[in-house]
Amino acid sequence: MSAFQAAAGRDDPHRIGHGRAPARSISGLAYKRIVVGYGFWIFLLSDIVMFSAFFASYAVLVGNTAGGPSGHDLFDLRNVALETGCLLFSSFTCGIASIGAQRRNGLWFYGAMAVTFLFGAAFLSIELREFVSMAARGAGPTRSAFLSAFFTLVGCHGLHVTCGLLWLLTMMAQVYAKGYRADIMRRVLCFSLFWHALDIIWVGVFTVVYLMGAER
Amino acid sequence: MSHSDDTDRLAGADTAPGDEPFDGYETEGIGSYLIGLVLATLLTIVAFFISRTTLVWEPSLPVALSVLAIAQMGVHLAFFLHIGTGPDSVNNVMALAFGVLIVLLVMAGSLWIMSHLNQNMMPMDQIMQMQR
Amino acid sequence: MLGKLSWAAVPLNQPLPMIASGVVGLTILGVLVLIVLKGWLPYLWRDWITSVDHKHIGIMYTLLAMVMLLRGFADAIMMRSQQALAFRAPGFLPPEHYDQIFSAHGTLMIFFVAMPFVIGLMNFVIPLQLGVRDVAFPTLNSVGFWLTATGALLVNVSLVVGEFARTGWLPYPPLSEIAYSPGVGVDYYLWSLEISGVGTLLSGINLVTTILKMHAPGMTYMRMPMFCWTALASNLLIVAAFPILTATLAMLLLDRYLGFHFFTNEAGGNVMMFMNLIWAWGHPEVYILILPAFGVFSEVIATFSRKPLFGYRSMVAATMIICILAFTVWLHHFFTMGAGADVNAIFGIASMIIAVPTGVKVFNWLFTMYGGRVVFTAPILWSLGFMVTFVIGGMTGVLLAVPPADFMLHNSLFLVAHFHNVIIGGVLFGSFAGYTYWFPKAFGFRLHDGLGKAAFWFWIFGFYFAFMPLYVLGLEGMTRRMQHYDVAEWHPWTLIAAGGAALILCGIGTQIAQLVVSIRHREALRDVTGDPWNGRSLEWATSSPPPAFNFAVLPSIEGEEAYWGIKQRAIRQARLRDEPEYAEIEMPRNSPTGFICAFFASFMGFALIWHIWWLVALGLLGAFATFVVFAWRDEDEYIISADEVARIDRANRRARSEALARLQVTT
Repeated sequence: MSAFQAAAGRDDPHRIGHGRAPARSISGLAYKRIVVGYGFWIFLLSDIVMFSAFFASYAVLVGNTAGGPSGHDLFDLRNVALETGCLLFSSFTCGIASIGAQRRNGLWFYGAMAVTFLFGAAFLSIELREFVSMAARGAGPTRSAFLSAFFTLVGCHGLHVTCGLLWLLTMMAQVYAKGYRADIMRRVLCFSLFWHALDIIWVGVFTVVYLMGAER
Repeated sequence: MSHSDDTDRLAGADTAPGDEPFDGYETEGIGSYLIGLVLATLLTIVAFFISRTTLVWEPSLPVALSVLAIAQMGVHLAFFLHIGTGPDSVNNVMALAFGVLIVLLVMAGSLWIMSHLNQNMMPMDQIMQMQR
Repeated sequence: MLGKLSWAAVPLNQPLPMIASGVVGLTILGVLVLIVLKGWLPYLWRDWITSVDHKHIGIMYTLLAMVMLLRGFADAIMMRSQQALAFRAPGFLPPEHYDQIFSAHGTLMIFFVAMPFVIGLMNFVIPLQLGVRDVAFPTLNSVGFWLTATGALLVNVSLVVGEFARTGWLPYPPLSEIAYSPGVGVDYYLWSLEISGVGTLLSGINLVTTILKMHAPGMTYMRMPMFCWTALASNLLIVAAFPILTATLAMLLLDRYLGFHFFTNEAGGNVMMFMNLIWAWGHPEVYILILPAFGVFSEVIATFSRKPLFGYRSMVAATMIICILAFTVWLHHFFTMGAGADVNAIFGIASMIIAVPTGVKVFNWLFTMYGGRVVFTAPILWSLGFMVTFVIGGMTGVLLAVPPADFMLHNSLFLVAHFHNVIIGGVLFGSFAGYTYWFPKAFGFRLHDGLGKAAFWFWIFGFYFAFMPLYVLGLEGMTRRMQHYDVAEWHPWTLIAAGGAALILCGIGTQIAQLVVSIRHREALRDVTGDPWNGRSLEWATSSPPPAFNFAVLPSIEGEEAYWGIKQRAIRQARLRDEPEYAEIEMPRNSPTGFICAFFASFMGFALIWHIWWLVALGLLGAFATFVVFAWRDEDEYIISADEVARIDRANRRARSEALARLQVTT
């Protein structure tokens, strides 16, 4: 056996070739954190496809106001700016919380998670107030197709935020009860993926629904 | 597969989405989030601003807003979710690309089809509205 | 207190559903009594109901599919009989029943026969072929199965309590809106599919992650068996398409329950948007069904031609191209809805293009057989039957892809014949081939081959007699879903079609007989070594059935067709590989989470249908509590000692050594 072959055998026992060390997932089982993270990533992509179906409906129905109010009549961009700020900042503090978890620093972790919760809750309360006031003005989801699509799309996002907040509290409880165990850390990773993805979707919502909608 | 199997990170190992890729540098961590926050805030402010003023030519406003939105999504992906271009992120990026492709096909396809359908067979409601 | 539910919901004045549910109810009761009396309940709870083992979950999926096939086929027999009888006569099924029957037939067959069948096969086989111990998320796997079972349960409950949808298997508005379908039928359909849709999505996420992130050492993507590639494409489509179904059905639910206006005629709703979105899901769905079947055929044809699969790379490319193109053709399901020539042309061309990679696959299968030494077992017969039948069905599909032709044939029996042609010839034949091929791996003994072949011949003759007349009828102008008609030319063809259905009934009867006979004669049909077919891929390296941990030591892969290489070396060297270093193995613990979640989901679904709001809240609370309890668990794995692993593995090694010795003697 030549030196070349010997060298190949040592570094590349499965004779894959390509000249570089293969990724762990093809030279063996990927680490559990990677598997869990990837699986959740795939779930998030499926969730984004679901949102795109709601976005598509909204885009098709945005002009169908049935003689009722349109976005221009209803949207208050100051509220939207506040909501956007809350969610964006909560995404930032969620990142701080991940770092806190990685460094096993209780103050950073619990503190940042609490702040994230507060900003998320603020977002929700502003949104809820907007919904209630619209419904009170006769611009509820049963008024027209446009409003049905609006309430469903924005409401679906809000529902995800609500579930996220419940999950956030659960994660804080789990870390408190069980410490920074590896499986708990995997769940914290999934939670932060979820929370950041919600902000990404919100970028789409405030652009397409509110900023473009305020024109009409 | 036990509880404690993710402490050592090999170079060349895949990265979980959301984790920072191991590239040999011990990054500060928070720096990435700070940059992301600043950039995202900037893009948001610009988007709100141009939608209220006449700085941007009116008909191209939707395009401008879309570009800003896509840019901000990119900022989130890069700085908050650490989805990078290194070899450790290939699976994550490919999955994302697949998702984005589907979203584009569904949205663009639906809009294209529905606008044609509306033209040829307008929903009852809109016919009546047009007749007013 | 009980919402809309009352005794009036039970159709006491209709003999058919009463008799049917009576028979089914008694059968279920009888089975339960048998189980309890024989003391099997603890075993069933421990090894099956709470199992998170992919093998057991795969078997349960397949069992669900086969039981639902009986129900869906009963509907088919009724439909064929009705159409054979209803020439200038009312037939025996009044329209409001006939409508429910064809709607239930389609819904059951697609969602609770075809989907569980292919998902079951994929669940069972994929980890074995990849050389790993289980899928990525075993407990989630269990949840997914039980939620699917919940969906099936709800559809079947509609037979006894209430009614089913009368809208066809896709509930087009405005007919499916509350104004025109005020009953509970459409609600049964919607909640059943929303719940089982979650289960399917979980399965999709699980298998994508498993295939992309969990391989035996050395198994690169290009060394995976072809079945894994088609499973990957299919599950990517599940992840991409099922959210659209969830969203669209949710919009219809919002219209029906809360008075929204997505698809209503008033207040700006757009009826056609439902069609657009539902088919954006619906077309990828048929590729979700057929791709695993293609994978089965790749495995079966290679094994029984005793040759490696021809053109592995082109097969992989063709599979992934089909995966992407599946999302570019959906408008061809509604050419006639007025999108105009431009849109129709683009989607028509795309629909023709998507036939090309399938053609590549067919040629590769033919080239695999060419030059091989084909063994004519039942699975190969199913494969040959598939190739002829599916090509015919595909050709009629390309014909329908031409918009002007489709304008004549849309919603005629020609269309019905086409999709049964490809689904039966493709998905069902593939599922039967896979079932026969992997049965010995699952249960340790083969199915009786003679009866399997008889079943095949009944099925293929039955299929042609049942569906070729439908092509003729479609061309003669007969619309689908007709409860009665008075065109004399059509009658002889409907009679022949009914005859075909009777032949298929014989086929199903033969398959049931095959199962009974095989169980009776299982010692004679025993698979001793774990490799009854002289297989080429890794699942055949395990015992039949495999131990819980699949492989005592994860195999080390050095090329394509991993097991074939190992086997050839063993034969050459006249001995097995050295005994590995046995180590203890950690396996995931069983969990009742899936079953309990589905229990609450069933009550929630039923309560939502009948507007029993307090029960909905209770179910929601219960499901959330189940989740929290599961999340709080500390011990999620159990250990199999190295000695136990060694004992189990050595038994299989002994059997294989003996077989190897016998082989050396004969050669």
